[in-house]
Amino acid sequence: MNVLMPTSLSEACAFCAKQPDLIPLAGATDLLVHWPIHPAEHDKSYLDLSHVQELRTIGWASGTLTLGALATYWDVLQDGRAKSEFPLLLEAARQVGAIQIQSRGTWAGNIANGSPAADGVPVLMAYDASVTLTSAGGSRSVPLHEYYTGYRKSVRRPDELISAISMPIRKYDFSVFHKVGARRAQAITKIGVAITRESEAPSLGEGVGGRENFHPWRVVANSVSATVKRCTAVEQLLQSNSPVRKPEDFLPALASDVSPIDDIRSTADYRRTVLARLLYHSLRNVAPAVT
Amino acid sequence: MQHQAGNISKTGRSATIPIRFNLNGQKVEIAVDPTERLLDTLRYRLNLPGTKEGCGEGECGACSVIIDGLPANSCLVPTFQVRNRIVRTIESIPASSLQPMLETGATQCGACTPGVVVTANWIKENSGVLASHSMRALMAGNLCRCTGYDGIIDGLEKWLGRDGGRS
Repeated sequence: MNVLMPTSLSEACAFCAKQPDLIPLAGATDLLVHWPIHPAEHDKSYLDLSHVQELRTIGWASGTLTLGALATYWDVLQDGRAKSEFPLLLEAARQVGAIQIQSRGTWAGNIANGSPAADGVPVLMAYDASVTLTSAGGSRSVPLHEYYTGYRKSVRRPDELISAISMPIRKYDFSVFHKVGARRAQAITKIGVAITRESEAPSLGEGVGGRENFHPWRVVANSVSATVKRCTAVEQLLQSNSPVRKPEDFLPALASDVSPIDDIRSTADYRRTVLARLLYHSLRNVAPAVT
Repeated sequence: MQHQAGNISKTGRSATIPIRFNLNGQKVEIAVDPTERLLDTLRYRLNLPGTKEGCGEGECGACSVIIDGLPANSCLVPTFQVRNRIVRTIESIPASSLQPMLETGATQCGACTPGVVVTANWIKENSGVLASHSMRALMAGNLCRCTGYDGIIDGLEKWLGRDGGRS
């Protein structure tokens, strides 16, 4: 096993440029699960970002919250402003493992690991987060809902690192995150969903035409597709005001949004049924057409 | 799960990494294999077997230690990551701290107990966290398969000098 231990982002990027097979490592909470019985992983090369201090930041500036790549769940749980502006981040953070994991696990690592069951990713996506990818050649920003290209596959090039995650600070008049697991703490998600509704009023500064393309709903589900998945058909259904009078009325839209499977934790049928019920009972008397 | 510390990956390419860190108030300098977990370094190289291995996947909390002031599962920490960090283990906590847990029936087989006491002691030293987190939520990363959790919470309340009463 080969480990490179940079102390700055530029040094880290230089390593990535030279050696594209490096696996970035931050909290290591995903990598070291049952580590002794995964010897194949021991022969790989790792880039330990844990001492790149400049990435351990939470920044509030110019209408944007920026989480540095080393920001942990615990860091966000301690941030008073996150609690008021982005309450779903705290909801999700509280449900990732327990404090022993929350203190080490990072939001960026949750994205990079690429699990469809990731609990941090749906809430970030429901807040229209973007991922900043940095290489020796510069940085680019990718909307999180366009980041994944398939099961544990993404648009990140081997020479790029996730350096930050940023979210526009907006007004929301409704938000909810549900996680269904085998027990309340320390469980991997069977079905999860994050929903936000942006308030219509305050975005006057965004210019003429902004209202026309205004889509207030974000619905993001985890553990029901190969990736964490934005449910655009459900969002459109809510936007269209077509009547929804029972959970099953969400099923046609869900059929185009998600593709759950049977696996060790649940079945496709259970996941589909419960997701429809979570949507219905979360949105009943919240979305005008859901009654 | 058996795992010998300092094992070399199959291809034998691993070079050791020299690190320094603060362990229970003492400076430690040690060369570690990059594949070594903090749990194994503590138990098998530094003779601190109070930290236990339960699940090996970050779920049970038997291997809980404090790194730079926060609880962590030492089974999920590559030892090289604690370079220049401050690590505290159960051995740094006075044995008398266990007394409230003994009085409330919070111990039986003992496998979870060191981890429970590490987390409970952290809560005691950082009781401000109780403003935003319940005791049960803070203890949720320490599983006990013998006694259940009411005794653990009662013991913690007693230790903190709070009124009992099962929440």
